[in-house]
Amino acid sequence: MSWEVDYLAIAPELIIIGSLFLVLGLDLTLPRLKKYWTATAAVAGSALALIPLAFLAVEGETISMFDGSYVVDEFALVLKGLFLVTAYIVFLMSVNYIESERYYQGEYYLLLLASVLGSLVLASARDLIVLFIGIELVTGPLYLLAGWRKGDVKSNEASLKYFILGVLSTAILLYGMSVLYGLTGEITFSGLAEATAAMPNSPALTMAVLFLIVGFGFKISAVPFHFWAPDTYEGAPTPITAYLSVNSKAAGFVAMLLVMYLALPGVSDVWAPALWALAALSMTIGNLSALRQTNIVRLLAYSSIAQAGFMLVPFAAAAVAGADLEEAFSATVIYLVIYAVMNLGAFGVVIAGARTTKSGEISDWAGLSNVDSRAAVLVAVFFFSLAGIPPLAGWFAKFVMFRSVMIAGGAATVVLAVVAAVNAVIALYYYAKVVKSVWLDDATREFPGEFDEPPAGSLRLALAISVGLTVVVGFFPALATFVADASRVIAAGG
Amino acid sequence: MIVGAEWYMTVAAALFLIGAFGLLLRRNALIMFMCIELMLNAVNLTLIAAGRALNDLGGQVAVFFILVVAAAEVVVGLAIIVAIFRRRTTASVDELSELRG
Repeated sequence: MSWEVDYLAIAPELIIIGSLFLVLGLDLTLPRLKKYWTATAAVAGSALALIPLAFLAVEGETISMFDGSYVVDEFALVLKGLFLVTAYIVFLMSVNYIESERYYQGEYYLLLLASVLGSLVLASARDLIVLFIGIELVTGPLYLLAGWRKGDVKSNEASLKYFILGVLSTAILLYGMSVLYGLTGEITFSGLAEATAAMPNSPALTMAVLFLIVGFGFKISAVPFHFWAPDTYEGAPTPITAYLSVNSKAAGFVAMLLVMYLALPGVSDVWAPALWALAALSMTIGNLSALRQTNIVRLLAYSSIAQAGFMLVPFAAAAVAGADLEEAFSATVIYLVIYAVMNLGAFGVVIAGARTTKSGEISDWAGLSNVDSRAAVLVAVFFFSLAGIPPLAGWFAKFVMFRSVMIAGGAATVVLAVVAAVNAVIALYYYAKVVKSVWLDDATREFPGEFDEPPAGSLRLALAISVGLTVVVGFFPALATFVADASRVIAAGG
Repeated sequence: MIVGAEWYMTVAAALFLIGAFGLLLRRNALIMFMCIELMLNAVNLTLIAAGRALNDLGGQVAVFFILVVAAAEVVVGLAIIVAIFRRRTTASVDELSELRG
């Protein structure tokens, strides 16, 4: 047993907690006109937390704390880096959006920081209790943030739907965990891996694993557990939608991968077909629903459901075929990292473009290239990247996904690959539709917004980071491979 | 007669099902909310019974965490319901249908 705490290893978490309290204090003491300092504190906190992360990455040691329940290995560092960078971009996108609304700012950053803290905890969780605390810390504040625009009925509805289904999924997840505990008497992932590999398959074990899949399915909004996502995405403030579709989805993925990969590899014959079905359904139904969307945020919501399906493909394929899970694991991490960057960019450009169009309808975006050519270029970059067109980063994500499927081999895997290929083509259609509307269609009306004035510096910085990463990773995929190779260093703890 | 762990597990499973069906069938946000609490308490009962049967503290410690998180969720949920009550005077989820498609 080791109860010693390595403070450098948990420094990112401590910095986020510190800036959380700083935001709270500033919000209490500052006069109304100076509240924007809360935003500065939140942005600075998420950037500062990256510094100890860099030190830990250089050291490259695996640090196990709290009796193996909390592990800082290279996998955790990669994911924490992803969570912090995406949180930083979301904070930058929020600054103007929140200032231009009539609501208070302090609580917004406080809640968002709490959610970021949860995702950091999640990446290090190596037992069921820490995992549960992490998941709840990620989603709890988001229920409130989804309903941030209190006066707007749509926002109220978004938050209630998200809350009811989020808590329901938590209850299902917990019940699965409790049955799993009852069967094995283990809480840690390493203990569970040993116990489940040794025990014969029983109906109770199957049920527990399926309950876990259903719970995680809600969190990553995989079909058929996706129905809350489009409504919540549309009703929530746009920066929160970006956070939901990137950070909170990534957190759900991390939780699911950790449990399946570290705790339940012995019962992969139970969860592999379930994941296979989730992947095929999410891709197909997500894409087919996206085809008939007229609102750009809803389109991105369904696109993110479909992308979740693509992300599940490598892991589901490898598990069904009984192939090595490590390869699939790193493919999923590559996809997750690239998806996070380009999807954040897509939401950033929706915020930037909406300043001119004042509308979320795709038809109202027609002819945007005539008045705001920079936003129009970015629309093309991010949407084509999401579709997977080289040389933008998205192509490499798709490439790695198909490669890992080919490595796995087997009939069920090939079927999944065909489903994925057909869906990649369907997805291209609706992504290209948005780009066509912006570039080729004539404007049907006068744009109501203020397109002479460039968007605020913070939003431009957020877009610059996303577009930079999207293009650079597209040309130098070795960068993404490097990240994924690091993520293979994962310790079970315990 | 000694009441074994499996009896507690059965009661917990029944509680969980009552909560799940209540959630699906009732349309009042507050009642749905209570049903979720019922499901969370079914989890707690399972964990305590299993921990006692296995003579292991892990499950009983987990219950404390779940209780605290459930309490935090009550706060969040009631805040959301109050925000909705202010805009419209009903808590029925069927009335909330601005978002579709």
